[in-house]
Amino acid sequence: MNTENLLTVTNLNITFPSPKGDVSAACGVSFSLGKEKIGIVGESGSGKSVTGRAILRLLPPYAQVVCDEIRFKGEDLLTLSEKEMRRIRGKEISMVMQDPKYSLNPVRTVGHQIMEAYTIHRRVSQKEAKEKTLEMLAAVQIRNPKQVYNLYPHEVSGGMGQRIMIAMMLIPEPSLLIADEPTSALDVTVQLQVLAILDDLVTTRGMGLILISHDLELVASFCDRVIIMYGGRIMETINAADLHDSTHPYTRGLLNCLPKIEGGSTRLPVLKRDASWLDAHYNQHITGGSDASG
Amino acid sequence: MLLVDKLNIIFGHGKAKNHALKDVSFSVKKGESFGLVGESGSGKSTVLNCIAGLLQNWTGLIEVDGKTVHRRKRPIEFYRRVQMVFQDPYGSLHPRHTIDKTLKEPVAIHRLGNGNDRVAQVLKEVGLDPKFRFRFPHQLSGGQRQRVAIARALILEPEVLLLDEPTSALDVSIQAEVLNLLQDIREQRNLTYILVSHNLAVVSHMCENVTVMNRGQIVEKITKQQLQQDTPQNQYTRQLLLASRGYDRQAIDQFKEY
Repeated sequence: MNTENLLTVTNLNITFPSPKGDVSAACGVSFSLGKEKIGIVGESGSGKSVTGRAILRLLPPYAQVVCDEIRFKGEDLLTLSEKEMRRIRGKEISMVMQDPKYSLNPVRTVGHQIMEAYTIHRRVSQKEAKEKTLEMLAAVQIRNPKQVYNLYPHEVSGGMGQRIMIAMMLIPEPSLLIADEPTSALDVTVQLQVLAILDDLVTTRGMGLILISHDLELVASFCDRVIIMYGGRIMETINAADLHDSTHPYTRGLLNCLPKIEGGSTRLPVLKRDASWLDAHYNQHITGGSDASG
Repeated sequence: MLLVDKLNIIFGHGKAKNHALKDVSFSVKKGESFGLVGESGSGKSTVLNCIAGLLQNWTGLIEVDGKTVHRRKRPIEFYRRVQMVFQDPYGSLHPRHTIDKTLKEPVAIHRLGNGNDRVAQVLKEVGLDPKFRFRFPHQLSGGQRQRVAIARALILEPEVLLLDEPTSALDVSIQAEVLNLLQDIREQRNLTYILVSHNLAVVSHMCENVTVMNRGQIVEKITKQQLQQDTPQNQYTRQLLLASRGYDRQAIDQFKEY
């Protein structure tokens, strides 16, 4: 683990107003990361995606974000204007979304879109940008970059679409990548191949990575540290290697209810939710106040 | 109970011709839980659609209980005995019908009568509170909707249940509940399951026999024991098994396309 802090989030609260009263999507979320791979895991509605989006200020305007500090490379992102935020997005922090089918522009070739991500942050000639794009396509292990450059999003497979998204997000050379369920729509083998590409690029370029996922086992085997969220709160932050020894009842419950290849066909233990998990003091008590944050 | 022999299906013509199923053959005994695993595009769902009658231009032989199933003309009794549960509980329920109406429709079609009692009974069986009976699908969570989808299939008292990725749209904690429910129902009613999934762990949990498919062909038929002891013969199956064990940087470099 690198001790140099890249991003620090302190006491992030997100509420969505609704006619039935405010819905709290994240409550008191704090974490920090350096140049490492960190995973945010939770079920649907646990607030993992809104946390990722809040960092880049990508939530809809009606969402109320109250936060003490989002410090990125010594700069507080909360104090930046919208124009300054545009400099951060893509160039410093970029985000890979879940489904390439909806995230790519259907009427532009993929090469054009990747090139745009590069030229928007850098003053370079068209020729140079195109060369860089082809290089990036090769880096995400697309075998024939020249051919793929001219394809439209509907002409590529899911796995290739996700590689294109990664290429697009990494071409401005950001120092932090937020990947929101980047591989959930893919087959298992392709999923691992895409993660391997991410892993290699993140390691060689010395970037930080936040991987948002619902797959606890996958995150545990891929990331350095894991943040487990439930009901908008962080249940615990734990080193990935220690995940299977976790004592938090929610983490245990999640791990136990997974069917296993080695397991018999006995009934699966069902997760019993406990309202006290959402109590602010409960998780401090169970993890002993200090967690594995770096 | 169910026999599929040399099932073939071709979509499209000319250049866009896609031979989606190539000589798929298998048989399922009564009361067995049969698993079909494969990645997307392997044809696993297409097999179910052929059996259910949703696809009609197949060639080959499908037998249910020793009787040949016709491609198009099937007796209404067939549809009562063979029912299907779909992947997406958000898309498979009519958004403007209450749960009660959704569940009563198959009863009316098959003229079973006694709809009210049947709905109450089946809701109880799938573990849904009676208060959900007059609600709409959008008022239910994903797991509850999938329970309704299972109830809709069960209300006809079928003998064969075709399950097309029944839990892949659900959270793991809800998945455990639905898998438990499916196992209980199978024991109580002595049902025959054909479970299609991309998740090896789910299939090995639910099924005694697992068939692996790739590119429209059956690659290997293995038992649950073989899967657990990690002894599949076929390279593709081995790779699939390795991939479902989590991220391992070294192993990924060995991955091949089959």
